Amino acid sequence: MASLRHELRIAAAPDEVWAVVSRPESIPEWFPGITSCTVDGNVRVIKTAIGLEMPEEILTNDPILRRFAYRITSPVYRFHLGVIDVIELGTNDSLCVYSTTAEPDTLALIVAGGTVGALAEIKRLAEGD
Amino acid sequence: MGRKILFITTDQQRYDTLGVNGGTLARTPVLDRLANQGVRYERCQPTSVVCMPSRASMLTGQFPSTHGAWMNGVPLAIDAPSVAENLHDAGYATALIGKAHFEPFMDPFGRFAENSLANLGIPTIEQPWFDGRRGVHRGFDYLEFATHGVMGPLHYAKWMMANHPESLGGFYQVVDGDLNVNAAGGGDSGAPQVKYNDVPREWYHTDWVAERTIDWLNQQESSRDWFCWMSFPDPHHPWDPPKSEIGRVPWREVDLPVNYLERASEREALIDQKARHWRAWYDGTLVSNYEAPAKWVPATLTADQVREVNALNAVEVELIDEAVGRVLRCIEDKGWGDDVDVVFTTDHGEFQGDFGFLFKGPYHVDALMRLPLIWRPARVTKTAPGVVTAPVSLVSLAATFLSVAGQPAPAWVEGDALPQSDDEARTRGHDATVTEWDSSLFGVDVHVRTVLTKDHLYTEYAKGTLHEGTEGELYDLRDDPLQRVNLFSDPSLANLRATLHERLRAHEDRPGERATPGIVMAPV
Repeated sequence: MASLRHELRIAAAPDEVWAVVSRPESIPEWFPGITSCTVDGNVRVIKTAIGLEMPEEILTNDPILRRFAYRITSPVYRFHLGVIDVIELGTNDSLCVYSTTAEPDTLALIVAGGTVGALAEIKRLAEGD
Repeated sequence: MGRKILFITTDQQRYDTLGVNGGTLARTPVLDRLANQGVRYERCQPTSVVCMPSRASMLTGQFPSTHGAWMNGVPLAIDAPSVAENLHDAGYATALIGKAHFEPFMDPFGRFAENSLANLGIPTIEQPWFDGRRGVHRGFDYLEFATHGVMGPLHYAKWMMANHPESLGGFYQVVDGDLNVNAAGGGDSGAPQVKYNDVPREWYHTDWVAERTIDWLNQQESSRDWFCWMSFPDPHHPWDPPKSEIGRVPWREVDLPVNYLERASEREALIDQKARHWRAWYDGTLVSNYEAPAKWVPATLTADQVREVNALNAVEVELIDEAVGRVLRCIEDKGWGDDVDVVFTTDHGEFQGDFGFLFKGPYHVDALMRLPLIWRPARVTKTAPGVVTAPVSLVSLAATFLSVAGQPAPAWVEGDALPQSDDEARTRGHDATVTEWDSSLFGVDVHVRTVLTKDHLYTEYAKGTLHEGTEGELYDLRDDPLQRVNLFSDPSLANLRATLHERLRAHEDRPGERATPGIVMAPV
């Protein structure tokens, strides 16, 4: 099991950052390489730029804690947990933390690598660039 | 019209695999002839002993600590400097055909340009350049990619899937179900990463790279200069050349490498002289890097497995030699023979049984660091054939290509052009080269710096997960060319050690702007 974390400080109110990440259907807007998705209840299926489809289960979408958690349920993963936390640092200052825990370890590295670009896009959208 | 440039690289090829360098297993008449017509380098060293940082150094003329792609899995910044951009500006047609690997292969999101342009089937895409302009991807007009297998979105894999799906299963599965480097054994000996591949030779990636290169050359106008990087994925593992060819080198008749000691106790005595991570890997207690199979224990390597790996490696080297011959014939047939500079090298070496290991990692000895390098200048230059024994580095390639094109080396290039003789090397101060290693994977950090001089190979391990920051290795290449006796702790050599330490410190303190180190995006 490997656990990795990336974070980015964002010059926006935490509610603005949360507004970007909390809509499950918004993920193609901010996760590079995810081109589309469908959402049905707590099941989201993403499609990547190379045509790969991966089903996910949304576990937590908590606007008070500002935490979004999901797991990839594709059988290639023995375990996956992705967590996005938006933490208030100030009135126009937030920290967005994207954690990935997965087995096999290699898949954690690949997905966590993707979250680096996702954080940059979340920042861009939240800051209104 | 100036000089055209054919840049030929292989992947993970030892110095001693060429006949002209003393190799006895593979017959390499084409490369031997090229070396005898041009300049052969006896001490070429990579900037890194894994693919991505080393290849990025060839393109940028910079060390990994400058270009920022410091370990496999860290993509080279899309706007990093590129010698191909400068050649493109100078009017050259530019192509890279075969293995690039400036960006990670493992890319299910299709985020990296190499994978996405291959997936789209387009020759290049527009990207930001180092100087702020936009232009073709890393300066290449034409890109067509291959790697070691037939999975994924790269051009060769897609060609195989579309045209020869019945042969896909013949290839070794490079990674296992956990996406780690596969430890499964095959062949007659059960060696890891070995398989007898029933793919017809003409569909194998070595011939594909040569044929795609010839096709591109046939489309070029004679009046225009070109820079073509022809990049073979072999002889990197897996060792799965076409089965029809393996009779060239019967593995049971292969002599064991001089640096593979059959008796385990003797082998282990050599390993125990080196820094502690050598023995940890050998015993299987810790694999510090992704490039070696996580589930393979080197101590289990048998003499027959070493023989079989070396035999199959030699077969792959022979196929490359023949493929190079076909491309050179095409160039002659087109009447360009006098005007083409040919440079042949590889990105790093391979253990192939030395000290009881296969594959590669943070182990800075000749197996991984002494590389074949040949520069056959265009015949119009009337350059005298020669041999350079002074240490040179792949970091010099970018400046060399620019000098061939009559272009000045830009400020971002850290290595100056290759010398063509020992006299020139002496005059221009080519007396030492540096190899870097930095890795950080799943909580294991390793940081290594090595300097090679004419007489010594000196390595320091910085503080990391496995090292205290006080360990090192020092080999006297005059008395110990096989690097068996570690003199690092010899008190009588304190002055020598201090001098070599200063060399490494000067490297760390060298002037120039460094890119922000990239982030690990994938294992490889």
